[in-house]
Amino acid sequence: MTDALAPVKERPALARGPGKVVGHAVTRIEDGPLVRGEGLFAADVNFPRQLHMRMVRAELAHARILAVSTDAARAMPGVVAIWTAEDVADIPLIPFRATKVRGLEPYCQPVLARDRMRYVGEPVAVVFADDPYRAEDAAELVVVEAEELSVLLDATAPLGEFSPGQDTEPTIVRKAYGEIDAAFRDAHAVVELELSVGRHSGVPLETRGAIARYDAAHDVLELHGTAKKQHWNRDEIARLLGRPPQGVHLFEGHVGGGFGVRGELYPEDLLVCAAALRLRRPVKWIEDRREHLVATNHSREQHHRIRAAVDAEGRLLGIDDVFFHDQGAYVRTHGARVVDLAAGMLPGPYRLPAYRVAGHFRLTNKTPSATYRAPGRFETTFVRERLMDAIAARLGLDRVEVRRRNLVSAAEMPHARPLDALGTEIVLDSGDYEGLLDKALSRFGWNALQGELAARRAAGECVGAGLAFFVEKSGLGPSDGVRVSVDANGAVELVSGAASVGQGVETALAQICAEALGVDYARIRVVRGRTDRIEFGNGAHASRVTVMSGSATWEAALAVRAMALDTAATLLQLRPSDLTIRDGEVCRADGLPGPSLALAEVARRMGPNSPAMRGRTPGLTAEKWFWSDHMAYPYGVHLVLVRIDRGTGQVVAERYLVANDIGRAINPMLVEGQIVGGLAQGLGGALLEEFRYDPSGQPLSTTFADYLIPTIAEMPAADVLIAEDAPSPLNPLGVKGAGEGGTNGVGAAIAAAVDDALLRPGAVTALPVVPATVRRLLDTLA
Amino acid sequence: MDLDAREFQDGRPGPMKPAPFHYHSPGTEGEALALLAKFAPEEGRILAGGQSLIPAMALRVARPAHLVDIGGIAGFDRLTVEDGWLRIRPCVRHAALGTEAVPGPLGALLETLRGQIAHLPIRTRGTFCGSLANADPASEWCLLAATLGSSMLLRSLRGGREIAGEDFFQGFMTTALDPDEMLVEVRLPLLADTVRTGFFEFSRRAGDYAQAAALAVLELRDGAIVAPRLGLGAVEDRPRRLAVAEAVLEGRVPSSALFREAAAAARAALVPMDEDPYRLDLAQTVIHRALAAATGVAE
Amino acid sequence: MSDLHDITLVLNGERHAVRVEARRTLADVIREDCGLTGTHLGCEHGVCGACTVLMDGQPVRACLVFGVQARGRAIRTVEGLAEGGRLSPLQQAFIDEHALQCGYCTPGFLMLCTAILEADPEIGDQALVDALSSNICRCTGYANIVKAVRAAAAAMRAGTAAAEMA
Repeated sequence: MTDALAPVKERPALARGPGKVVGHAVTRIEDGPLVRGEGLFAADVNFPRQLHMRMVRAELAHARILAVSTDAARAMPGVVAIWTAEDVADIPLIPFRATKVRGLEPYCQPVLARDRMRYVGEPVAVVFADDPYRAEDAAELVVVEAEELSVLLDATAPLGEFSPGQDTEPTIVRKAYGEIDAAFRDAHAVVELELSVGRHSGVPLETRGAIARYDAAHDVLELHGTAKKQHWNRDEIARLLGRPPQGVHLFEGHVGGGFGVRGELYPEDLLVCAAALRLRRPVKWIEDRREHLVATNHSREQHHRIRAAVDAEGRLLGIDDVFFHDQGAYVRTHGARVVDLAAGMLPGPYRLPAYRVAGHFRLTNKTPSATYRAPGRFETTFVRERLMDAIAARLGLDRVEVRRRNLVSAAEMPHARPLDALGTEIVLDSGDYEGLLDKALSRFGWNALQGELAARRAAGECVGAGLAFFVEKSGLGPSDGVRVSVDANGAVELVSGAASVGQGVETALAQICAEALGVDYARIRVVRGRTDRIEFGNGAHASRVTVMSGSATWEAALAVRAMALDTAATLLQLRPSDLTIRDGEVCRADGLPGPSLALAEVARRMGPNSPAMRGRTPGLTAEKWFWSDHMAYPYGVHLVLVRIDRGTGQVVAERYLVANDIGRAINPMLVEGQIVGGLAQGLGGALLEEFRYDPSGQPLSTTFADYLIPTIAEMPAADVLIAEDAPSPLNPLGVKGAGEGGTNGVGAAIAAAVDDALLRPGAVTALPVVPATVRRLLDTLA
Repeated sequence: MDLDAREFQDGRPGPMKPAPFHYHSPGTEGEALALLAKFAPEEGRILAGGQSLIPAMALRVARPAHLVDIGGIAGFDRLTVEDGWLRIRPCVRHAALGTEAVPGPLGALLETLRGQIAHLPIRTRGTFCGSLANADPASEWCLLAATLGSSMLLRSLRGGREIAGEDFFQGFMTTALDPDEMLVEVRLPLLADTVRTGFFEFSRRAGDYAQAAALAVLELRDGAIVAPRLGLGAVEDRPRRLAVAEAVLEGRVPSSALFREAAAAARAALVPMDEDPYRLDLAQTVIHRALAAATGVAE
Repeated sequence: MSDLHDITLVLNGERHAVRVEARRTLADVIREDCGLTGTHLGCEHGVCGACTVLMDGQPVRACLVFGVQARGRAIRTVEGLAEGGRLSPLQQAFIDEHALQCGYCTPGFLMLCTAILEADPEIGDQALVDALSSNICRCTGYANIVKAVRAAAAAMRAGTAAAEMA
């Protein structure tokens, strides 16, 4: 069934250019229920007799827990149970996924805080009641007695104590290659910068939710409302609760955005499951927004001290970076992944003979952090592109020219860096970086813009333009599988281990399947996110679904096509090579009139009662697994024009271009949607969004009044240039994944444009760029 | 937007469903006042538009034991122009206040300010009088009431009294209202056609609370400023007229230099809520721009 | 302590008689007591607009209204947009223009945009941006939502023209 070992080149690839349905902007098959309001999001899931779970969360950033009093809460009407750490002592700490990094285990998070609370928002106790309003009423009455401890809020400060014997630096991720000290010794110039990215995160519009139900009749624990990494989550939940994996099923309905923060294993997921098993009633938990902002993974907060050695032409000789990653209070399911990605991806698209990086993975008394769209790359693109601008300024070079001199050329592809990230060696698979740069500059009108800027400045405006080059990573393996079947009615079903977070995965897979199989894409039923329908899967994250599940779909659908043609050929007394499938009908490939056979009929003839199938496995169905050792590397350019209001310090992005080579666009409309949506989030991180804390560790960004998400009014006119010049040689579709490119370069581009508007290279050293900071810069420049 | 970030910065990840309360929906003003008299001492509050109160209750920052819903009282949504005054009763919604209902420069000014208040769905429900009673320092209507020669009618079972707009706001979200009193009417003077107005507000995003807002109302006679009124909101704990700046402007010919002088004089006299000098920078900017807008002189 | 109130809500033309606490928001009454879960909760403090419904034709945030305040009012939710199973021009335009990704904010935007188009189908660009800034979307970046509103307006104009010619 599987031929995973056959090299990619021997398996039929999808020809370049738009096909019959691949490459076309067809509408999504997901949309009907969503526009009708018939979606099934977590809060819409209800079971008879369900209990509602409400968390009691820490109100101090760091404290020793002395006592948790629940008597008053227990007496409230409708309360069925209240648990503290003792009640869940048998549930181990929440683990992290396989990583080469050592030493993280002691820093994992318990399901309920045991002897210490380590961040405001940490789960300390949990209430189960018959109604969510009453659960909140009761939770208010739980009293936690605690003795405050000193708080650590700065990842660059001296280390503190996590617990006796454990300091707050679980690990340092180090990577290096080349003769770095020699590079700095021999340099024509050395540029040094200190840069930081503010704490912000995905903040999807749907908060988290989990509903657990124990189906006693079948001895199956069900968890509804999950997303992203169903199979790993299922395996871990089973292990942590002492059940066999086959006795745990995860179901994913509609998901209101993921962006990396949803779908990891959190304390609440384990609590609803444990409660369903122990209380023998379904348990429903829906996070509210205030909780979400302190309890769902944060991200991005890093502080870099970076140096570059360059020659007289501005060519990089070496980069040496020391950075401090503010992980928050615990290690989460990603382990040190974001630090690893940052360290590995920092060089980006440039030729770099020598490199040394030390990523300090540090704990603080803040909400734990993990991945958020373009994790490790939004941060390092900001840092690296600031560096390139600084090199240009130091040597008196044009900002575009300095990049040209350093970009890895198309002739050098594939370009292996002696580095790894996420356990795979970094090999830039394909790319024409300078070609795309030229296309982007031309499309944006960069050269003409310089004249326009001069004219506007002469008229008194404070305007500037910025650019940033980025490299993304996508298509994380190791594998994914898809099963395609055609039933006796001709209905096509595709089952995948992928997950949906709302990005259109069903449509993309349906298009690929339809292209290979010759059926109408809109009539393919795509099943995803269900551990009871497919045994293994790696979920949706790291822009992997189109690459991994898409490739598996292509191969499975081709296999079904081959089986169908084989069977039809016998029945029609022709050769398989004489036939094709068009709109679900097997017919002559040459278009001449002749007998044809509906796929439904072919499937019937391949059913279990058909004598023709004697001795063979019946069914018009195939399952294929796609394996990949290497990631694919989409890349691109961000260009932006900004205007600064001197009187208020407000930065307005007027016009924006994202140019992104993604290898191949299965559906250009969906790709553009991902890029523009990603741009909006990047803009938030560059200008508006920040999780701030007061000196005692109390979060200050606790509602949507303080955590500012861009509305349409903040968006620039956005242009998207999708390029397919550098298909990936690593999969039969040539795709590279398009989920994160829109976000990756925004911080860097905006910073560059603000510098340009202020006529001061290097002015921006931190994100977000807020009006008060801009005003201060304007004052110091005056 | 009627949600004050400052109020909710207690950091604690608390509830988002309101605490229980007793709900009353009187049919007349008399009934409402009687309910207020009875329950005000027990944490009774008026529910009008609810666009500020309900989010506060969701966060349990506000926990009234009794709510007196005045939305069902006949006549409470009346908006009339009488004897040179615009008379606004308790349930007149933000959405109702614009040029379609009010003539002349006052109508135009109301429409300009209305467009800055939160967003469309908030304006559908929120009330003018509710905003004034809530007295958020960043409220556009409060700035308007403090700057124009407005008049507030307060009523309780004990009787009625009239308070001038500039005396109504007494501190951070504190007004002259006694707990058992309802703001039953606000009167704004219609503005003569010769009156010029200018308004400028700065917020981080469209529809957010203002971080600074200024309103200039004046006339020009022989090219010089006459009877200037200059109000500032969102910077101090309550909106007020800036007498110091008005003194600078009186009788002078408008110019960018004059606006800078007036703004600087204002800055020196401000008692801001926020110690950050940026807030004072903003105050100067909005004052300057409001004056530029009112006089038609380029910034 | 909290009293229960018997109220009747008229949702999409249908009467729902429910018994609720005064503190129950209209959003929760619609979702939990009346079973129409198309209206979503994004923040419960009146900022994101996901819970937008129409009350007497005007857009309101259902999390900022108590159920008891809405007794007897005509309320329209996303479930009421399709007539006899046929999607409204706006719903169809959202699909055609890819104006939704995860779909969570979509009901709120559909109700907001329905109100906008009913009030002024020829609304100007700046006024449209102002009105749309009422709601937050975290997925699309908004550009396609504007396209969908314009496409719907055009479809409605064409539909009216066709009807007038018939």
